[in-house]
Amino acid sequence: MQKDSYDSSRRDFLKKLPVAITGSAVALSSCSRQEIDEYLQENFRTLSSAEKKEIISNLEKKYSEKYGKKFIVSAKPAIDNTLFGYALDLSRCIGCRRCVYACVKENNQSRDPQIQWIQVLQMEKDKGIDFMHSDVHYDPELVPEEGYFYVPVSCQQCNNPPCIKVCPTKATWQEEDGIVVVDYDWCIGCRYCQAACPYGARHFNFGQPTVPAEEINPITHYLGNRPRIKGVVEKCTFCIQRVREGKYPSCVEICPVGARKFGNLLDPNSEVRYILKNKRVLVLKAELNTQPKFFYYFGV
Amino acid sequence: MNELNHKKLKIRFIFYSLILLLFYGCAENAPFKDMTYTNVGTGESDSIQNQDIAVSAPIFHEEGIFPCSDCHADMEVNTKRRPLVDMHEEIYKSFNHDRKNLWCLDCHNANNRDYLHLANGKLISFKESEKLCGQCHGDKYRDWRFGVHGKRTGYWNGKKQYMLCVQCHNPHTPHFKKLKPMPPPVREEDLRNQD
Ligand code: HEC
Ligand code: HEC
Ligand code: HEC
Ligand code: HEC
Repeated sequence: MQKDSYDSSRRDFLKKLPVAITGSAVALSSCSRQEIDEYLQENFRTLSSAEKKEIISNLEKKYSEKYGKKFIVSAKPAIDNTLFGYALDLSRCIGCRRCVYACVKENNQSRDPQIQWIQVLQMEKDKGIDFMHSDVHYDPELVPEEGYFYVPVSCQQCNNPPCIKVCPTKATWQEEDGIVVVDYDWCIGCRYCQAACPYGARHFNFGQPTVPAEEINPITHYLGNRPRIKGVVEKCTFCIQRVREGKYPSCVEICPVGARKFGNLLDPNSEVRYILKNKRVLVLKAELNTQPKFFYYFGV
Repeated sequence: MNELNHKKLKIRFIFYSLILLLFYGCAENAPFKDMTYTNVGTGESDSIQNQDIAVSAPIFHEEGIFPCSDCHADMEVNTKRRPLVDMHEEIYKSFNHDRKNLWCLDCHNANNRDYLHLANGKLISFKESEKLCGQCHGDKYRDWRFGVHGKRTGYWNGKKQYMLCVQCHNPHTPHFKKLKPMPPPVREEDLRNQD
């Protein structure tokens, strides 16, 4: 039901938008056969498993050749009965940005032009949470600085995500485990989603992304940290390649103060549920009814 | 299909029963201290789970300091609070863990220096120092046991490693040390110009 309507709206879109098609035809003319296939492939969700396998093995081959390392591109689906949630302790975070760089490395974000999925905002304690007066460029000798607190912001993994509603190609959607993903092969780079996101959590590849071969992480997921190309949008996926294997996201593992917590919202014994029950919790821009699954709390 | 509906219901339950209660607008620019949300009930019991607590060896900062009894076994026990000069001078000088009230032997056992002791006199090894901390910081200890204070690594749905209190807090100067931040992001103007 759901699937059909996605399909038809996508086809309608393609029919109605000759401009986009012509534009991409020009772009395609200099592409190899495999790249054209990739471009025209069905949205990843609607493919049969045999088709998925073929796409995956083609990608693995392509990336392995490009980076001289054996690549894994997983297409592992959501684990049954999981809904991922995240909680970040605002009374602990010291703004050291270890998470930012662990994320860049794990998720193969472009070093140049620079893309960082996590932004750490420094705010004044007296003003409270106030995006207008926050600063991402703070750079003192040592953190935390007196009188300030820190709010790391990345994709809030909304339960009611405004970004996916505006995508004309349905290249972005919410998975069963609650992770909002992007199919880079289906993204046309219109950036509507970026404009729709109230958290500035979506990032556009203005230029050709570059990651040095010796730093590339070859353990990837199709819907996550596999290498991207110029012109597509990307964002945090809770480290889909890790969490679907049972691991914690890499920002959780790196955080020196232990401010980052992750787990299954459907499991009453998970750390996140304990926090929701026992701590003062808030979400960013609650008035927009985006229903983030990323919570901020005060561990005190 | 049934299962799906069930899951959706569960999801809805969580979102309506928890989140609606919790959500707080930032638009109001509420001062930091005033953001209060407490006691969001979900009906679960408070009992601490019986989890295996993996411990790593104590981290002594001085080489050859352990076993302490190498020196202390032959020493007269002096329980008097006094400046330490012949040994442990650095620890004495920097000590700021409730310095007014605490003295070394509130934690270290006087007669067998290779052990710590609890308030009731029970000896515990350096490998169990979190129990000592837990006596005075019950709330933090409880959160730590649930993986909420401190840090766990490993698997969210499986085996985990726990970091000990003393891996983050030096027991003598417990406040978490400040860190050098990693570089700030490049400015957006500069990013655009690179195209
Ligand atoms: C709050 C409890 C507490 C107090 C008070 C305390 N200690 Fe300790 N001390 C510990 C614990 C716990 C350890 C073990 C730390 C570890 O496992 O890394 C320790 C470790 C030590 C060590 C080994 C240090 C190293 O890292 O090489 C020495 C020496 C020591 N304490 C001396 C003292 C002296 C002297 C005082 C008083 C000035 C004192 N302690 C006060 C809890 C305490
Ligand atoms: C190299 C010898 C040596 C070692 C090893 C040593 N100590 Fe000591 N310690 C001393 C001396 C000497 C003093 C007395 C210092 C003074 O009075 O100025 C002392 C004093 C202390 C005191 C102050 C109370 C008292 O009894 O005077 C504590 C507590 C203490 N040591 C704990 C430890 C612990 C815990 C260890 C092992 C982790 C340890 N020491 C290892 C030599 C040692
Ligand atoms: C005998 C009681 C007692 C024990 C045991 C004890 N503490 Fe404390 N601790 C205190 C008190 C009291 C304070 C508050 C001191 C203050 O406000 O200056 C404190 C403060 C702290 C602080 C806050 C320091 C700051 O400057 O913000 C930390 C962190 C801490 N303790 C960690 C520990 C750890 C880790 C252990 C175990 C190694 C431990 N404590 C064992 C009594 C204790
Ligand atoms: C992953 C690192 C980490 C571990 C492990 C850890 N803490 Fe902390 N703890 C922090 C940080 C960061 C703070 C905030 C800064 C500070 O006050 O030192 C803190 C604060 C505290 C405070 C001060 C009260 C407050 O709310 O600021 C106490 C007390 C404390 N911790 C006790 C413990 C005890 C007891 C354990 C073990 C059961 C423990 N901690 C384990 C990182 C840690």
